[in-house]
Amino acid sequence: MRENMNDSIRRDPRRAWIARNRLHPEHLSVLAALGEIGGGGAASEWLGPNGVIRRNPHAIGFIGPKGVKRIDRSGTQQGGQAPGQGRQAAQDSRRAVTIEDPAFLVAVVPDMTGGRLSGHDRDLLGLARRLADADPARPGAVLAVIFGEHKDSTLGEAGIDRLLHLEDAAFTGFSPEARLAVLAAVEREFAPHHWLLPDSPLGGADLGRRLALSLDERPATGVWQIEADGEAPLGWRCTARGAAESLDIQRPLPRVALALAECAEPVDETRHSAEPLSLTIEPPRILSRIEDLGQVAVDPAGVALAEAEFILSGGNGVKDWDGFHHAATVLAATEGASRVAVDDGFMARDRQVGATGTWVTARVYMAVGISGAIQHLQGIQRCDKVVTINRDPGCDMIKRADLAVIGDAAEILAALVEQVEQQRAEQHGGVRRDAA
Amino acid sequence: MQPDSREIEVAVLVSVGRHPVTGRARRADQDARGVEVALTLPGARVRLLHAGPADDGSEEALRGYLGMGLDRLTRVEQPEGADVVPALAQRLAAAPPQLVIAGSRAERGEGSGLLPYALAEYLGWPLVNGLAEVEGIENGVATLLQALPRGQRRRLQVRLPAIITVDGAAPMARQSAFGPARRARLESCAEVAVMDKALGEWTLMPARKRPKRLKIIKAGSARDRFKAAAAKAEGGGGQLLTDVTPEQGAEAILKLLKEEGVLR
Ligand SMILES: Cc1cc2nc3c(=O)[nH]c(=O)nc-3n(C[C@H](O)[C@H](O)[C@H](O)COP(=O)(O)OP(=O)(O)OC[C@H]3O[C@@H](n4cnc5c(N)ncnc54)[C@H](O)[C@@H]3O)c2cc1C
Repeated sequence: MRENMNDSIRRDPRRAWIARNRLHPEHLSVLAALGEIGGGGAASEWLGPNGVIRRNPHAIGFIGPKGVKRIDRSGTQQGGQAPGQGRQAAQDSRRAVTIEDPAFLVAVVPDMTGGRLSGHDRDLLGLARRLADADPARPGAVLAVIFGEHKDSTLGEAGIDRLLHLEDAAFTGFSPEARLAVLAAVEREFAPHHWLLPDSPLGGADLGRRLALSLDERPATGVWQIEADGEAPLGWRCTARGAAESLDIQRPLPRVALALAECAEPVDETRHSAEPLSLTIEPPRILSRIEDLGQVAVDPAGVALAEAEFILSGGNGVKDWDGFHHAATVLAATEGASRVAVDDGFMARDRQVGATGTWVTARVYMAVGISGAIQHLQGIQRCDKVVTINRDPGCDMIKRADLAVIGDAAEILAALVEQVEQQRAEQHGGVRRDAA
Repeated sequence: MQPDSREIEVAVLVSVGRHPVTGRARRADQDARGVEVALTLPGARVRLLHAGPADDGSEEALRGYLGMGLDRLTRVEQPEGADVVPALAQRLAAAPPQLVIAGSRAERGEGSGLLPYALAEYLGWPLVNGLAEVEGIENGVATLLQALPRGQRRRLQVRLPAIITVDGAAPMARQSAFGPARRARLESCAEVAVMDKALGEWTLMPARKRPKRLKIIKAGSARDRFKAAAAKAEGGGGQLLTDVTPEQGAEAILKLLKEEGVLR
């Protein structure tokens, strides 16, 4: 029987009863057997016959070095607990959900800033799940429409059941007309029950308004709350911000809704299948009246630190400041600094990152010679990727970093600058040859 | 180079704003920035258009735009609670300008930011949002700079006639001068009114403070909860390169920077 025992907890009321009954002749042997399963020590907690948790205070604890029994309630010593519990905690706790035959679709068009779901996108997907899962008898599926290349591997965890992924050069940059044509095709083919977009200036706010007008729907914008409402046409009522954030508008939820960040809790208990879908009819090619000439190089030093996308930050470990500034120029990064670098006068006060400086939101934060004091780490909580160059492999910054390179800051920065310049030269050479 | 051919007609849509603290009528911030963009555009003949009821409070606010250096403003009279899109669309279609500039969102009413999109749909014109600057207009094509988040800019070209909207990223509006504002003309004209029925059915109330999101920690024991609450932010599973030459280290960094697309 022991062989085919899996991780599920098996209750044996008779043995539990014997374990409780200290006067039972088999008491000790049963205790020992239970203890073996639990991994040392006897069972200290079990479910009694009436469904009440029973505890055996004698079974917990251990004999300390001085021969006195000690009970450690901090949770480090887990012996003697119900069998299997310790092992389960280590496992992934998400429940896999597959919706085979959805009653309806909730279409979401996430922004995918930098090819990843943003926090706003995840909140929106949480909202979509609320709409889809409201009635367990009629489960809906969440359909995400994603434009362009993406590098997010957690689409299922974010609550996406169906994924329509469109990769085409037509969707790069500012391409509302091409995207709208796809959404119109989705509408024709899948006729989603709801359309949800983030009300973010980057994309959703613009695309959502265009979509609503082309569907001839009056969208709700700035939605931050929804509640079930039997009287509303779609069964939901929403609260939306209006009049420059000074008004709350309560209205029935329309088919197209543009929601604010934190409109719902992101999905964190389930994993969905993110099954790929495709359009059977290709959306028509639209001749765009708006031409995107690409991003313009802006002076990175002029960008506010709090909203800079790429920050090169220097600390006490930077000795060659000229080299550091040169690297920032070549990488086109906005400069930041730790407090020590600021206090020592190498950087201006408004460049300080951290608790008493600026809380930055960079997508890539590169920390050079910064040890990662808690005051500094607080300031970079919201950064996506952290790269660090440091001499000390044990410092706290390394624990936070996605990529840590151990070595001398000046040498590595110089090598990086050289490689970037070399690559640029090659590219330019190539372009010139093409042009000639 | 005749001056006539370079002259372009620009209509700026202006609304009555609301001071965020006192709630008094004022020129709306985004619309004023739109007027500023139009005024700095070389060779632009700017006209201002407003649709709404004629009353004292709104007159005060509208004169705020006139004080920026314009001599007249056309007010399309509409009753309170009317949907101004049809009236504005008809007005614009009757004498179409080459460029329409509007703010992204109104400071009163629904403030959904839908009006420019509705006009674009009605007139069949392209629309560009979040404008930072008009770089120039040549041969019926406007070159624009669009403001992206994080202080970035994108250059776009759009064929005129077009609608562009401005938000907080556009340059600040100049001061409004009192004397010129008094002297300028406020013309009224009539247009059929279509009432906005849906808006009347909704419940409007002063904005409630949104609840702050709590950090929810799912943990079995008090110790885990404490650890999670007191934890430092950790990336976890980061890559650590020890004993590498500076060149190898730099290569790894370069690869990541390229993957993230921050290197141009
Ligand atoms: C109330 C309070 C508020 C604070 N607020 C802030 C804040 O907002 N922001 C902030 O940054 N700090 C703040 N601090 C200071 C913070 O505690 C640290 O002292 C500071 O962040 C450390 O800066 P650092 O990492 O640059 O220096 P150090 O801790 O000296 O770290 C230098 C690092 O560089 C490495 N190094 C040295 N030489 C080289 C080399 N040649 N190549 C590569 N690596 C090298 C070392 O291994 C070390 O890890 C605050 C402190 C207090 C008390």
